[in-house]
Amino acid sequence: MTAALAFWLFAVVLLTAALMVITAKNPVHSVLWLITCFFNAAGLFILLGAEFLAMLLVIVYVGAVAVLFLFVVMMLDIDFRALRRGALNNLPLGLFVAGIILTETLLVATGWQAGQGVIVHEALAGPPAGMSNTQWIGSQLYTRYVFVFSMSGLLLLAAMVGAIVLTHRRRIGVKKQSIAAQTARTPAGTLGVGKAPLGQGVEL
Amino acid sequence: MHPIFASIAIAGPETVLTLGSLAALMLGTFTGGGRALTVTSLFAVAILGLAGFTLLDAPAGPSVAFDGLYVADAFSAFLKVIILAAAAASVLLALPWLADHNAKGSSSARFEYPVLLLLATLGMAIMVSANDLLTLYVGLELAALPSYVLAAFHRGDDRSAEAGLKYFVLGALASGILLYGVTLVYGFAGSTQLDVIAGIVGGQQERSLGLLFGIVFILSGLAFKVSAVPFHMWTPDVYEGAPTPVAAFFAAAPKAAALGLMARVLVVAFPGQVAPDWQQIILFIAIASMVLGAVAAVAQTNIKRLLAYSSIANIGFALVGLAPGSPGGISALLFYICVYVAMTLGSFLVVLQLARADGSPVETMADFAGLSKTRPGLALAMAVFMFSLAGIPPLLGFWPKFAVFQAAINAGLLGLAIVGFVASVVAAFYYLRLIKIMYFDPPATALAPAANPVNGAMIAGLALFCSPIGMLALSPLAAATARAAAALFPA
Repeated sequence: MTAALAFWLFAVVLLTAALMVITAKNPVHSVLWLITCFFNAAGLFILLGAEFLAMLLVIVYVGAVAVLFLFVVMMLDIDFRALRRGALNNLPLGLFVAGIILTETLLVATGWQAGQGVIVHEALAGPPAGMSNTQWIGSQLYTRYVFVFSMSGLLLLAAMVGAIVLTHRRRIGVKKQSIAAQTARTPAGTLGVGKAPLGQGVEL
Repeated sequence: MHPIFASIAIAGPETVLTLGSLAALMLGTFTGGGRALTVTSLFAVAILGLAGFTLLDAPAGPSVAFDGLYVADAFSAFLKVIILAAAAASVLLALPWLADHNAKGSSSARFEYPVLLLLATLGMAIMVSANDLLTLYVGLELAALPSYVLAAFHRGDDRSAEAGLKYFVLGALASGILLYGVTLVYGFAGSTQLDVIAGIVGGQQERSLGLLFGIVFILSGLAFKVSAVPFHMWTPDVYEGAPTPVAAFFAAAPKAAALGLMARVLVVAFPGQVAPDWQQIILFIAIASMVLGAVAAVAQTNIKRLLAYSSIANIGFALVGLAPGSPGGISALLFYICVYVAMTLGSFLVVLQLARADGSPVETMADFAGLSKTRPGLALAMAVFMFSLAGIPPLLGFWPKFAVFQAAINAGLLGLAIVGFVASVVAAFYYLRLIKIMYFDPPATALAPAANPVNGAMIAGLALFCSPIGMLALSPLAAATARAAAALFPA
């Protein structure tokens, strides 16, 4: 009973928040609604018994991705309302296409119950007894799936190399602090004592 | 010994490419200066060669590694040879372009070019050896991510940056669609391993609708990667905007990898009662690609856009071989890929070899006017590639077309073969028009005498392969493709 109640609560809030993400006028509000979405999805994961995924969602998505989004949205000066004005012109066409897809999906889905034909492998039904979710994911990730895991690492390396290639450039005329040069300064190189004749000033 | 070492030994090319790309990155960083680019490029070619060398002692039968995530068999070995050769050619053919930019002081000449190319090649090698939907996805991304960067490599140029962005946004969307399909298949088949999926699907009494949705989504994602028709929009823009050496790379190795991956997923994971379902889809995208590639190219004036449409049409012809889903069809597909890669690399090399007198690259077909008088050798090579792409009989390009149509007719797909014949006649128009411009129009553009001997040698080699002399390679190729195709069908 409590679980069902919690499910409906999380599900309704999740869907409402998702709707608000795309309808909110202010992009900062959109991101905040997105964070609400993530929290509720995490709640659904906990109901499924996947506490590790729930924590991952909160830490990675809320803690890193959403905050990054906020930064980007605040730093970019984009008039989202102007962008949306153009989108409104294409609305009839969009609705038309969406209508076709919806009708087709409904036509296909009638006479077919959700969940029918879904197969849950015995090995994948849940963690073995005495093992927590986290432990189980870890043991699978570093043994059976070590190949794709390490290749994902290489993927991140490729992304890093790519980001550096596309953004790093050697600029000329930039004033950078060089600590080595600063500490290597001696009075002899920077100070000079000269005579200042009366009424003439000095040449530096 | 831990079983992981046996797995690493089976995945020899991938191991070499992984370590090699890391070493190339170090080498480029610590060499520094103007030499870094040349040194890293030559090192990358050596690594690609070494990876090919590990394929030599590969066992004939399929050997599964990493708990079923990875498989090495004759099919993957055949495609890996093509991919590695095309990648090595792409590293070499870019050298003059990069050196030219280096001389101009442009920031586009950087040693990361061969490194990114090595990483993309590693992704492609994983793609053709994928025995699991997870491996498939990781390989696909590893091939795609460096490609996005390579498209935008000439970052000072707006068109290159636009090409990179366009490719990235659409590619990310396609990956999302593919991943959605993977989750659907996993949900309805209960496994991500291809042969296990085949067993489960074969055991079901009636075909599952959810699974079908999954196949459709996976195919949509893959069709984007091979630029088959409803998902082809990015191809002309990216080829036009990306630097010419990068476009040459895009047109060759990734196409071979993605077509191989498509064949493996469909034939291994979805045989039997689901086969007619995906055959319908392949039939449609093959016909649409052939027709659109042939018709839309007629109006093009930019040579890179023309070659992009030509590659779309060629993918359509190659998919004709996949449609029957039979060993004969797959071997015709592999034959087609092999010859297509040679023809398309050759055409791009010729484009790359030409420059206007002021040093700017040749872009339009009008620049080719009178090439037979100013550069007769190059014009002859281009004519061979064009005749071959058009499928004129004595040239090598005719035989793979013949093979795929024969496979389609043997499977009773007569309509598909007829559409293919018509499309190839239409496509012949624009290939022959370029030859007419080269041989019968008066020279219009003053061309720079610059010619790179290495690229010249590659053009000569590829032109010989595509010429009637290449027919000597027909019987060894037929034997190799038949052996490779048989690996997908368990006896």
